[in-house]
Amino acid sequence: MKIKVLYFGMIAEVIGHDFEIIEISNKNSTVNELIKLLQAKFPKLEDMSFKVALNQSIVEENTKIGINDEVAILPPFAGG
Amino acid sequence: MLNEQEKIRYSRHLLLDKIGVEGQEKLKSSKVLVIGAGGLGCPVLQYLSAAGIGTIGIIDFDSVDESNLHRQILFNSEDVGKNKASVAKDKLQKQNQHISINSYPEKLTSKNALSLFKNYDVVVDGTDNFSTRYLVNDACVITNKPLVYGSIYKFEGQVTVFNYLNGPTYRCLFPEPPLIGSIPNCAEVGVLGALPGVIGTLQATEVIKIILGIGSVLSGKLLIYNLLTSVLTNLKIKSNPAQIKKTKALETNFSEFNYDVFCGIAQNNSINQSELKELLQKENIQIVDVREEWELPKIINTNVINAPLNQLEKYISLISKNKKVVVVCQKGIRSLHAIKLLSTKYGYNNLLNLEEGLNNWKNE
Repeated sequence: MKIKVLYFGMIAEVIGHDFEIIEISNKNSTVNELIKLLQAKFPKLEDMSFKVALNQSIVEENTKIGINDEVAILPPFAGG
Repeated sequence: MLNEQEKIRYSRHLLLDKIGVEGQEKLKSSKVLVIGAGGLGCPVLQYLSAAGIGTIGIIDFDSVDESNLHRQILFNSEDVGKNKASVAKDKLQKQNQHISINSYPEKLTSKNALSLFKNYDVVVDGTDNFSTRYLVNDACVITNKPLVYGSIYKFEGQVTVFNYLNGPTYRCLFPEPPLIGSIPNCAEVGVLGALPGVIGTLQATEVIKIILGIGSVLSGKLLIYNLLTSVLTNLKIKSNPAQIKKTKALETNFSEFNYDVFCGIAQNNSINQSELKELLQKENIQIVDVREEWELPKIINTNVINAPLNQLEKYISLISKNKKVVVVCQKGIRSLHAIKLLSTKYGYNNLLNLEEGLNNWKNE
């Protein structure tokens, strides 16, 4: 199934875009599995802190992702 | 009460149905504390003082640097080297003589935060590091003040209001600080000068909405603005009552809580086995063994106490704050956790970690 993933701050820099459409195989995929998939592609993500939103709401990592869902991956910012 | 001159100055506010004389008087009787007079703090302060907030507090220990001037537009070249809070006070007072401004040219710490926050109605976070952000959040939760939060990274900014009418707090969104060094600040990676202007102005607007009770306050939602794509994203954040309860419980020992250690900035000191043996001969030190009672080998010495990590807090009264204390375990990991707990929650600053632990330890 296809999902849209948005990236912010340093995460977008590591991935190389602000957003992308990703094909994930498992229909019962969770946020956690998506993170593992991204970390396998971009090992730098393993050392980074972030929160994940599903359809514009911050969620826990065991939340299920459905068809056409929008996921956002958000690091904290330090600057002021 | 507004005098005649104030009525003219604020006339464009007075014309607005949602503000009027009543609203303007609310602004005049309100007290707002701004933490940091930097990129975010400058626009926040400028709009709050112009809007007629009656009492504004500014805390910043830092001084103006030439490299601040491309975004901190309250300052000019003549201010370089002077304390930001003091310079900001002088400039803002010239902009609006009808308000009072308190400047605190000092560092915000867990020792001064609670008493300072108690004097204000709303707190604005314009800091540039995680250690102070967690401190500001926790002090707002303890003193029950709404926190208008802003933070920036290169071309992107985040804004929200935390701790507003039982809404979520910073720790509900980010319970733990990021790994040290994983998220840089403006000084390390640069920032578009106009960015803090946009984000700080949004923060000032939220302060005014909170005081006036107009519109819907940006609570429970994190607004993210990307200046390069002009995309605004709104993400819902939920309250985490367990996290808020934990934060409130920090009040009892707040002045001892070390936010630099909590955020991994203050490095823990570590020693190895041969250094420990030397220390044992030279000095009267204490050893705290945080392993379970059955774990071997033991150090044969009269100054060893056994305080298993999961019950460590029961043994606080036995752990010295005066002499050198070496915390030990099997591999040097549990002892690090113990040191983090003791130094952040109980204010210990005399602890050494036995790196690599007691594996293969031989008593001489």
